Amino acid sequence: MSSADIASQAGTTSKSAAAIDRARSQGRSALIGYLPAGYPSVPETIAAGIALAENGADLIEIGIPYSDPVMDGQVIQTATTEALAKGFHVSQVFDVVAGITSKTDAAVLVMTYWNPVVRMGVDEFSRRLAEAGGAGLITPDLIPDEAAEWMAASDKYGLDRVFLVAPSSTPERMQRTVDASRGFVYAVSIMGVTGARTSVSSAAKDVVAAAHGAGAERVCVGLGVSTADQVREIAAYAEGVIVGTALVAALRDGGVDAVGALTKDLSTGLARESGLAQEAGA
Amino acid sequence: MAQAPSGNADNTTAEAFLQGGSLRHAPGPYFGNYGGRWMPESLIAALDELEETFNKAKDDPDFRAQIADLNKNYSGRPSLLTEAKRFSQHAGGVRVFLKREDLNHTGSHKINNVLGQALLAKRMGKTRIIAETGAGQHGVASATAAALMGLECVVYMGAEDCRRQALNVARMELLGAKVIPVTSGSQTLKDAINDALRDWVANVSTTHYLLGTAAGAHPFPAMVRYFHEVIGEEARAQILEQEGRLPDAVCACIGGGSNAIGIFHGFLDDPSVKIYGFEAGGDGVETGRHAATITLGKPGVLHGARSYLMQDDDGQTIESHSISAGLDYPGVGPEHSYLADIGRVSYEPITDGEAMDAFRLLCRTEGIIPAIESSHALAGAIKVGQRMAAEDPASAGGKIIIVNLSGRGDKDVATAAEWFDLLDKNSAESEIGKEGEQL
Repeated sequence: MSSADIASQAGTTSKSAAAIDRARSQGRSALIGYLPAGYPSVPETIAAGIALAENGADLIEIGIPYSDPVMDGQVIQTATTEALAKGFHVSQVFDVVAGITSKTDAAVLVMTYWNPVVRMGVDEFSRRLAEAGGAGLITPDLIPDEAAEWMAASDKYGLDRVFLVAPSSTPERMQRTVDASRGFVYAVSIMGVTGARTSVSSAAKDVVAAAHGAGAERVCVGLGVSTADQVREIAAYAEGVIVGTALVAALRDGGVDAVGALTKDLSTGLARESGLAQEAGA
Repeated sequence: MAQAPSGNADNTTAEAFLQGGSLRHAPGPYFGNYGGRWMPESLIAALDELEETFNKAKDDPDFRAQIADLNKNYSGRPSLLTEAKRFSQHAGGVRVFLKREDLNHTGSHKINNVLGQALLAKRMGKTRIIAETGAGQHGVASATAAALMGLECVVYMGAEDCRRQALNVARMELLGAKVIPVTSGSQTLKDAINDALRDWVANVSTTHYLLGTAAGAHPFPAMVRYFHEVIGEEARAQILEQEGRLPDAVCACIGGGSNAIGIFHGFLDDPSVKIYGFEAGGDGVETGRHAATITLGKPGVLHGARSYLMQDDDGQTIESHSISAGLDYPGVGPEHSYLADIGRVSYEPITDGEAMDAFRLLCRTEGIIPAIESSHALAGAIKVGQRMAAEDPASAGGKIIIVNLSGRGDKDVATAAEWFDLLDKNSAESEIGKEGEQL
């Protein structure tokens, strides 16, 4: 597909929204699984991504290993540091995205700290992501205030822009971030970095409610989610549940098969009680 | 937040300066195309709170009186402006004056910033401060301010630096701080900042991040500069009083750039004063082992600000190298990037060897042991002075250069002793020196 074809679709579709809506039509929340690109290798990231999709993930988040991942805890840091040490290059993320989108129906987003995008050029990065079949970007250290270039490029190439909202977000910032987002809004469940935690903070529910109140149709909760019970708890009030560290640990300890098994288990928590799906306002 | 950066801000502001506009008191968040807030949303509320608290405080006479009192009666300000007559003979015969930040309590300019930020932390009702440190200077200063003001203090320091600078770790612990060795990433200063940011995200309701340099997300660059502006204000008043005129040049070393922006600020609007920032050239900029961020870096975002950055083609941060731990940082404050682009300040690299030669020269000509960081500024002043003399030998003796002597060199004695081969091979100090020199 040429850039012109992609551009002509801009604004008309959101792959992430479509994937979340597909789950919603099945009476459940969407499952979003995170994997770092190039860990333990590019082919294994692709294989693990396909395993995610085949076992119940609706969206897949591919992280770009970065030298200074301030929002990541120990497990993901260790994985991305290893990927970099093995020689991972940013342009390989497009191979990973294409490798997964060519084999599955999952929407594939890239999660990246901002400097690698700046270095390649925001327009160039966006063009290549769209050509690889990517759905958009999740940007943990880019706030809408600084995103003028990305807003333009994401419109040009029809990409979703997933910004984060946090328990500390003021009503004004919540509104601004929801308005700037496309596809879904990423609700940070706790004040902290990535990593499995034994319980989901009650703050998560409040953040989701605030995002809904600001007009967000699709809100997905991430940080600290690692078990089917936690997925079930969040699926009761959010359109999607994001799991990262637990999947990376599964890949580390048991390879692609373990990723598939954990995904299958997590997906058992997705069913929404009747009525809630409507309440969120489709 | 103010307006987004515009593409031609640099040129318009440079023109405004040339036409009599001011470069002083730039409020941020943007300095031309640099600065801003490239930060997780989780921290934006805390940055807003800090900005608001800072803006109120600097307009509050009580706060300004508190700072003035601490500067005078705790830090020992104003610091002296000392003419270095014997040293000057090696700088083309140009007269060199030293702004003696080495005489401040804790031995460097760092105290100016930590006292100001610790006061702000108390104003915000925060009970805990966290800080990053390379060799330990900012960590020691932070621990000092925390002890003075009754705040809990946690310092993040690369695990390798903890080992190499065991005495500074002990110093911080004596002052009541907890030092956490950082084992993530490259285990250096930039990773200490990363871990401090991770701590801040998780504990932001009780904790202030006391960043040690004029970098990071808004309001840090403008705020840290504010607390160091006293250096330039004093220096300008002192040279006017002592010599009745402004200097021809001002020199400072640049890591993140806090001592430099502090002294530069006093002279930014004096067009006759040439301003020079000296970056760490390490083994030489051609070797790749250096920290000459503005000289060889490219604009990018790191630790919350857009600025020049040492990075590879993928946007991954490159590890910096310098004999001076305080300059060993792959980023630089955004206001320096801006001042470089508009041509107001000239930034040049100084190698480890040039800095160490200047270090020894100041020891032997003036009886002052400078920090190795500050020795980069001394080496730069020698070059600037020699250039002035080459251009116009007859007038060299009437020229004046002010060097910001940002810190004392007591902390660097082991490194210097190893560099100059002054130690008995079997001594314990020789071992420490070897470890220090790997910086």
